[in-house]
Amino acid sequence: MTNILIIARKEIQEGLRNRWVLATTLLLAALALTLSFLGSAPTGNVGVNRLDVVIVSLSSLTIFLVPLIALLLSHDAVVGEAERGTMLLLLSYPIGRSEVILGKFLGHLAILAFATFCGYGAAALAMSGTGAEVGSQSWIAFGFMVGYSVLLGAIFLAIGYLTSTLASERSTAGGIAIGIWLFFVLIYDMALLGGLVAAQGHAVPPLLLDLLLVANPTDAYRLLNLGTGSAGALSGLAGIAENSRLSPPVLTIALLAWTIVPLAVANLIFSRREA
Amino acid sequence: MTMTVEIDEVSKRYGKVEAVKNVAFDLNVGETIALVGHNGAGKTTLIKLMLGLIRPTAGQVRVLGEDPARGDFAVRQRLGYLPESVSFHLALTGRETLSFYARLKRVDVTKADVLFERVGLTPEAADRPVRTYSKGMRQRLGLAQALLGEPRVLLLDEPTSGLDPALRRSFYDLVADLRDRGATVLLSSHALTELEGRADRVIIVNRGIKIADGTLDELRRIARLPTRISIRLANDRPAPVWANGSSRWKKNGQTLEADVLPEDKIALLHDITAHPDELADLAVAEPTLDDLYAHFLNGQGKP
Repeated sequence: MTNILIIARKEIQEGLRNRWVLATTLLLAALALTLSFLGSAPTGNVGVNRLDVVIVSLSSLTIFLVPLIALLLSHDAVVGEAERGTMLLLLSYPIGRSEVILGKFLGHLAILAFATFCGYGAAALAMSGTGAEVGSQSWIAFGFMVGYSVLLGAIFLAIGYLTSTLASERSTAGGIAIGIWLFFVLIYDMALLGGLVAAQGHAVPPLLLDLLLVANPTDAYRLLNLGTGSAGALSGLAGIAENSRLSPPVLTIALLAWTIVPLAVANLIFSRREA
Repeated sequence: MTMTVEIDEVSKRYGKVEAVKNVAFDLNVGETIALVGHNGAGKTTLIKLMLGLIRPTAGQVRVLGEDPARGDFAVRQRLGYLPESVSFHLALTGRETLSFYARLKRVDVTKADVLFERVGLTPEAADRPVRTYSKGMRQRLGLAQALLGEPRVLLLDEPTSGLDPALRRSFYDLVADLRDRGATVLLSSHALTELEGRADRVIIVNRGIKIADGTLDELRRIARLPTRISIRLANDRPAPVWANGSSRWKKNGQTLEADVLPEDKIALLHDITAHPDELADLAVAEPTLDDLYAHFLNGQGKP
């Protein structure tokens, strides 16, 4: 455990030094603030709780941005160190290979969590600063949204490590990472939508739809944040959520599995490899 | 137990390439050993085997009595390693880098600071990011991390490449110091020349095979390399008898040259210097370490 913390600490130190932490925090804060003020303009102050609007817009922001940041952080983690020659020295120390992977994961996750908490927290603070009435229900939903955003980041960190252990060159890992981002964030939903249109109103079996939604972590995330409560009514996803048997616990387990499985596979491959 | 590293008939195969073939040797306490070979001869593979980073295809490696590739890596706490062309995380300072490695080895971080002085990095340099370091400074930082925790076995892969002569000397002083404290120091190198007087023992590997193992004097004796004697005859004298009678003399411009085996050397010198006025000049060139190295490589080691 100590070794994992030592590695994590070094990753954070490096992240602070090369301004990754600063850049991601500022980016998330700037976009979150912009979205929460501009995004709520069309709804005005009528009826709708303003924080719910913020949840809807920030969730969409998360789906685009957090996986991208996570993949940028993680795709380089193993193959980059191997290429620069630092991995060989590290592995000659009394440290297990799984400790290296887990330590890096923990460090990167801390960076991502910090950026998300600060960035989105700034938006929430600004919102309450304007004096808008916000119910406790909405605050809880907001807290969950931030938590799930970090979890979504963890998933793409894990996927990034898997890419990084599989690729033999940094550039390959980078390319694969971009491909993964495009697939999960853009292509998958378009294909799903296209499929539903092509089905021409024939009812898609609910089980299939559930599987399709869980097979993409960003969809599971979307459903978790936008499927329930007043945010659900705003986003229009409540309809799907109601017909689905995917309850929040099931979705949360799916997200956790999406983190653990790629991380475990990356760990296995890295441990079996000879450096 | 005086044996620290035991390599027992070890082979390592990468796909079809046999990087190391049936190599066996032992390293002892307080010994400085030079592992010499061309690039790609198997030096780095042997070092990685001793570190437990790779497992042998056949044979057994034992370091400090344990298999380095197995278990809780406790043995690595007593190992120091300097990779060939070492590199570090560029954004961190030298001090941060060293304390990171010190923590991994469970060495007191304040003790690590002393190492900067020992390898000749100024405190000012230690607080600069590694990005700004010259090759020599990186090498020193690499050496500092290898020295963390008073290692019993030090494996240094091409440690002096990129160091200037002054630094090279202080590096070898450091190695001698460690040897006196009982550490086993293995230096890999692709040149024998700078190791004269610095290594107790030389192991030469070529294409994965150990072709020589012994002290430099032993290797010289085994190789029986000839000494080259060159003479210039005095102009105003008739050619001496020994120069005409023997076929060993080759004319090279104004000088005569002969290659003689060690046992004939003294007798020959005695003959030709019997009449000093016949000679204008005389030079005796002992075989250099490079000659010795070339001899073993060409012969592929009939010891």
